[in-house]
Amino acid sequence: MSIEYLGLSEINGPLIVLEGLRDASYDEIVELVVEGTKRKTGRIVEIYEDKAVIQVFQGTEDMSLYNTHTKLTGHPMELALSEDILGRVFNGIGQPIDGLGRITPKVTRNVNGRPLNPCTRTYPRNYIRTGISAIDCLTTLIRGQKLPVFSGNGLPHDQLAAQIVRQASLAEDSDEEFGIVFAAMGIKHDVADFFRRAFEESGASSHVVMYLNLANDPVVERLITPRVALTAAEYLAFDKGMHILVILTDMTSYAEALREVSSSKGEIPSRKGYPGYLYSELAAIYERAGIISGNPGSVTQIPILTMPNDDITHPIPDLTGYITEGQIVLDRTLYLKGIYPPISVLPSLSRLMKDGIGKGYTREDHQDLANQLFSSYARVGEARALASVIGEDELSPTDKKYLQFGTAFEQQFINQGLSENRSITKTLNMGWSLLSILPREELDRVDTKVLDKYYSRDKG
Amino acid sequence: MKDIIGKIYGINGPVIYLYPSPGFKMSEMVLAGADKLVGEVIGLEKSRITIQVYEDTTGLKPGDSVIPTGKAISAALGPGIIGSIFDGIERPLNEIAAKSGAFIPRGVNVESLNAAKLWDVSIKVKPGDRVYGGTIIAEVPESDLVVHKSMVPPDMTGTVLWTAADGKYTIKDPIVTIRDKNGKERELTLVQYWPIRIPRPVARRYTPDRPLITGQRIIDTLFPVAKGGTAAIPGGFGTGKTMTQHQLAKWSDADIIIYIGCGERGNEMTEVLEDFQKLKDPKSGKPLLDRTVLIANTSNMPVAAREASIYTGVTLAEYYRDMGYHVAIMADSTSRWAEALRELSGRLEEMPAEEGFPAYLASRLSSFYERAGFMQNLNGTEGSVTIIGAVSPQGGDFSEPVTQHTKRFVRCFWALDKSLAYARHYPAIHWLSSYSEYIQELMMWYTQNVSPEFIDCRNRLLSLLTEESRLMEIVKLIGSDVLPDDQKLILEIARVIRLGFLQQNAYHPSDTYVPLEKQLKMMQTILYLYSKSKQLIDLNMPMSILKEDGIFDKIISIKYDIGNDELYKFDEYISMIDSFYNSIMEKNA
Repeated sequence: MSIEYLGLSEINGPLIVLEGLRDASYDEIVELVVEGTKRKTGRIVEIYEDKAVIQVFQGTEDMSLYNTHTKLTGHPMELALSEDILGRVFNGIGQPIDGLGRITPKVTRNVNGRPLNPCTRTYPRNYIRTGISAIDCLTTLIRGQKLPVFSGNGLPHDQLAAQIVRQASLAEDSDEEFGIVFAAMGIKHDVADFFRRAFEESGASSHVVMYLNLANDPVVERLITPRVALTAAEYLAFDKGMHILVILTDMTSYAEALREVSSSKGEIPSRKGYPGYLYSELAAIYERAGIISGNPGSVTQIPILTMPNDDITHPIPDLTGYITEGQIVLDRTLYLKGIYPPISVLPSLSRLMKDGIGKGYTREDHQDLANQLFSSYARVGEARALASVIGEDELSPTDKKYLQFGTAFEQQFINQGLSENRSITKTLNMGWSLLSILPREELDRVDTKVLDKYYSRDKG
Repeated sequence: MKDIIGKIYGINGPVIYLYPSPGFKMSEMVLAGADKLVGEVIGLEKSRITIQVYEDTTGLKPGDSVIPTGKAISAALGPGIIGSIFDGIERPLNEIAAKSGAFIPRGVNVESLNAAKLWDVSIKVKPGDRVYGGTIIAEVPESDLVVHKSMVPPDMTGTVLWTAADGKYTIKDPIVTIRDKNGKERELTLVQYWPIRIPRPVARRYTPDRPLITGQRIIDTLFPVAKGGTAAIPGGFGTGKTMTQHQLAKWSDADIIIYIGCGERGNEMTEVLEDFQKLKDPKSGKPLLDRTVLIANTSNMPVAAREASIYTGVTLAEYYRDMGYHVAIMADSTSRWAEALRELSGRLEEMPAEEGFPAYLASRLSSFYERAGFMQNLNGTEGSVTIIGAVSPQGGDFSEPVTQHTKRFVRCFWALDKSLAYARHYPAIHWLSSYSEYIQELMMWYTQNVSPEFIDCRNRLLSLLTEESRLMEIVKLIGSDVLPDDQKLILEIARVIRLGFLQQNAYHPSDTYVPLEKQLKMMQTILYLYSKSKQLIDLNMPMSILKEDGIFDKIISIKYDIGNDELYKFDEYISMIDSFYNSIMEKNA
């Protein structure tokens, strides 16, 4: 089986073309040896008769048309897995880089995964307390959800992600096994280091698996990194019954890499030069979250992406929002006001929260309170716009109350310390005491009974 | 003809190319490679055959064989469809799960319909009867809500030679034999096949003149859709397309709902599946799943099957329409389908038109929406297919090609608005940018079946809302304090309409579905409040006095405070408005 092919017929960016192949299959992994020493890995992305287009993960530097030996492996990209991956650090295609040697595999898995059958899923209903008011109250994170953070360059998305990891993993009833899979795509060394330290400080590092493709690592490798990480996550969750939180950062680099390879292949671009299959590719990653019925484990995803030019309509955040179950949007204006975490609550959303909150989960008034906070805060925007035209003094008394509410909401409710871990009761009570700034008749989203119970109690 | 096989020479994602070979037909279903992956012929040239594969092509090799099946991609039509969940090419997902576990493998070979199940069949024809395409030959109770009517396939006529006795049969057992017009004997079973891309024939098309009642106030009252009509729900992510589709699937008064999850989230399909088992149909009290078919092609399932899922869904719908049922299709989302077209078109290296979409996008959309309609079927029964398609515009921008082309082919447009969604005003259908062209055709129905006042109330509501938006332009510049009192009243009453009428709480037990009678009463009460307040304002009473009473907020909470079966309570509110009027008159006269 192991025929070696010498030489190439074409090199074009990250792609090579090889002719005269026998028995090659689509999506198969090939091993390349350059000048007898350097080992590289590639994947067949297109095949016509005996001619294959191969995408080389480690880049095509040093390769010439004559110095390369190619060997077919006969299988698609696979990852060797065992429990020992916990606490280890790997590169973007799953090879160890922490100097602790190879993993003795218990199983090997195809990194592409398989779509989860909707019939065998369990609809996620258990909320994860993050201790962050804006998330717990307004965009509740649910176990098995995929909830991305839409951020911009220079905004504290990393700190937020680290805080979620730190506080969510320390939930009071955590006798269940949890783990974190961290996948870095094209992020800076400092950022990777920040996360490593954050995991150590939270005492979770023995539960963390890291897959790092840093900014100066080969671009094509990035295309496989999230798949490798999610394969590991699925193994730990569904084979080992753990609750896995997956952090993927930065999805923008992933999409950029996809565009780069697509344009080298000469494909027809759709929006902003991204290939037409960007949606399917992103979906293949994001959909690998959830809970299987009868299985104790779960995969929860928090992908982070930086919106180019803070533009939420850019194809990457746009398509992501259509796949994921909500989003947490960070806002530069809030950040400049000194508010951490600068979560812009109006465009933020958690699609699964409706079934994971309320009586039996958090508290009966949670949904009403959240609706009212959203609605009142939307009114704050209108009042502010009006104030900027006619001046604050000319506003009606109600509008003035709204301005007061808006500032208090941002400063007290959204704003909190980097290590401040609020209980859900504290968060909800704080919401009510803020709402009591407003006159009772303005609270039109709340059931009268709930209002009687909570509005008066906190007043004054 | 058995030994015709093609050989693969090229593979690019879901598209494979074969060496030329005779015996392949356009749109034919083929089985590719050792795993027998299902595919469809989409191009024939002298030099090559192009095939799109409905499964992941990983592991296929040049030289692998491809077998033509001689059939077009078809849907199996017979009892057992209702209550099932299928993938894009009608493979039952629970069978797949039973066979291969939680993850969906490739090349899985399962029958669309359960061939082992025995159905209670009662035969409706006797030997000697002349039968035509569409003639009902047998009836089967398929679920508690649906009686399945097996019909002669549309392209067949003849005389009945033999029938089985009433009893229990599987879908494979012959139940009727006929001699067709060429003198050939044909055995009919409970199942028939129909190519998904071809509309099933009908006798004639009617003007849609009765509404699909959904229990959603903004839809039933302001922008109704007719049975047999088409509607689009465009909206950026998070604006509530899926929620609206779920509400319509739960509460609309169609006999059968086909819910197509096209390129959407897996958890959402699970939610529909779990919810519909628990939720009860308001009329019969049976689980909603007894009238629902789910087609789930989640976003991570193969892209070519996503393209097919829409056609599979509409074919199933037409089949039940032929039995005389009113069927509603929820397609969530047609943009994902259009993007699947774009993705495949890109792989085929076709010349792109707008934003990379193929030039045939518009014609594909129109041929899909034209399969909706209120029809007289071949067998004389009447049935309808209503299509409600969600559209997910890129960046929430309605000027993109899919929204624009869809707008040309649908007659009802429910535009979801981001700022309403941000303020958690659901359903976030914006009353100024939405429209329904059916209102003229449906006017008669509302007049006869609800009240002659209904349409008039609706128009007055809409004109108040339009007036409000004009006034808001001014308010944005100078604030509301300086407006004259009659305009302040319009703002206040529009607020009542928005919060008390248009906004509807899907999680509130009595607000999630509201009958037309209550919708009418609510409108009348709001308009009565307006006319009484207007009288006071005309007598120079200032708005501030009117607001002291709190009557406006009481009217807003009518939706929660009056149950759907407590319509008599509206009288209390009318007298409350009267006493509000009188007390102000007394105090300030």
